[in-house]
Amino acid sequence: MRLEEHPILKFNRGKQVTIYFDGQPVEAFEGETVAAALHAAGVYHLSDSHEHHRPRGLFCAIGQCSSCMMVVDGRPNVKTCITKVRDGMTVETQKGKGDLGWNAKKS
Amino acid sequence: MERKEIVVVGGGPAGLCAALQAARMGAQVTLLEGDDRLGGQLVKQTHMFFGSQKQHAGTRGVDISTMLVKELEQMPNVEIRTNAMVLGRYEDGALTVDDNDQFKVIYPKKAVFATGASEKMLMFANNDMPGVYGAGAVQTLMNVYGVKPADRVLMVGAGNIGLIVSYQLMQAGVQVAAILDAGPRIGGYLVHAAKIRRAGVPILTRHSIKEAVGTDRVTGAVIVQLDEKWQAIPGTEQTIACDAICLAVGLSPFADLFWQAGCDMKFIPELGGHVPARGQDMQTSVEGIYVAGDVGGIEEASSAMVEGYLAGLNAASALGYGGETVQTQRTELETQLNDLRSGPVGEKIRAGLAKLYAE
Ligand SMILES: Cc1cc2nc3c(=O)[nH]c(=O)nc-3n(C[C@H](O)[C@H](O)[C@H](O)COP(=O)(O)OP(=O)(O)OC[C@H]3O[C@@H](n4cnc5c(N)ncnc54)[C@H](O)[C@@H]3O)c2cc1C
Ligand code: FES
Repeated sequence: MRLEEHPILKFNRGKQVTIYFDGQPVEAFEGETVAAALHAAGVYHLSDSHEHHRPRGLFCAIGQCSSCMMVVDGRPNVKTCITKVRDGMTVETQKGKGDLGWNAKKS
Repeated sequence: MERKEIVVVGGGPAGLCAALQAARMGAQVTLLEGDDRLGGQLVKQTHMFFGSQKQHAGTRGVDISTMLVKELEQMPNVEIRTNAMVLGRYEDGALTVDDNDQFKVIYPKKAVFATGASEKMLMFANNDMPGVYGAGAVQTLMNVYGVKPADRVLMVGAGNIGLIVSYQLMQAGVQVAAILDAGPRIGGYLVHAAKIRRAGVPILTRHSIKEAVGTDRVTGAVIVQLDEKWQAIPGTEQTIACDAICLAVGLSPFADLFWQAGCDMKFIPELGGHVPARGQDMQTSVEGIYVAGDVGGIEEASSAMVEGYLAGLNAASALGYGGETVQTQRTELETQLNDLRSGPVGEKIRAGLAKLYAE
């Protein structure tokens, strides 16, 4: 949920865009991080850990802990707490270490 | 490859003030900030600051940041780069930088590292479950992005950060189920604690968290009472319903760059962990590398700012800037720091610094 009223702060949101989370459209605003937009949409489970496949979500929100890594536009291990949304971006739950095939295919 | 005069790493209060001071003295300054905005921790602080008038006590943290940034942006001899994360520091003095997705190598004559601190983790079952957050993350979500982090939060830690973030959560319309602290007393200022108590939130001292409950998101927490030896008392467990657990159990200095530079490091619990050894002039054991702010010891924005001014002053004066007034200004800043650290609130930091300077 997004805060619309706050006793002290005013939120100047950017232009509305759409990102796709595991195929589903999610409303987002330019300037927001992927993790913030997913949170606002009620998505908290962002990846599964590599060893024990435990659910992981946002923890530090400043790019220091790697708990929020997802597959963004086909690219794995992207820290979604410091990655800004872009219209049409695809975001997928990352399972384990992520498939590095995208890189091999490119080069 | 670029050559620079003074490079300041980190755009929190310490880095902003270091850059300001060196620039006021006439030095060419480059400020590198990894985030896309300047201000560091200050941008998340919506409350009126405590501290001294000279460092803008009574002003909201976020407004202090805006003030400092405005002055800096007007200086022709300051270059500000955001989205510029310093990745490493090499033996020959090179800083490697991810500058807006471009790899850059910068050689500064003098460098001030003001990289701040990161949150400490706490051991308990399921502490990796979605819904367990550092207090800073919750602040970022609600105060920077305007996203409600949860409906009902359990706060772990009753120091100033735990208390202030709890209050901010309530302002954002989030319920705070309780605030726990393992210690026998509330660590933060009583003015903050009183505000929260008046709102009906219990502050449970000598309590800790044992387990996060849930499957793929937190739905509750098992808490437990502790005895005088900080051990869990069997049979005192209770389950609290909440959809987020917020950890405010301290910060540790984000000192990677000092390690990489080979600075002498000291482990000082009172300062939050490993910090670089340094002189009164804020210079580390490696010539030309200065430290300022939380990364040199967890303290407050007010002292981070004065340390920043001092580091900036000494870095610039080492390059020959500043003229005759430098010594007077230096003494004035050192006095300000001592004043900030006098009194009971400064006890811990004084003990830490005594260890730091003991050789
Ligand atoms: C909830 C809360 C309430 C607080 N209330 C008060 C108060 O009322 N009064 C008070 O005086 N203090 C208060 N503080 C403390 C104060 O915010 C901090 O002490 C202060 O921000 C420390 O400043 P700093 O510049 O050292 O670090 P920070 O503010 O953490 O800034 C560090 C900056 O460095 C950047 N950085 C880190 N690594 C790199 C890198 N490798 N490359 C480039 N950039 C990098 C970071 O992105 C960040 O912007 C509060 C803190 C919190 C969390
Ligand atoms: S939440 Fe820690 S890196 Fe993103």
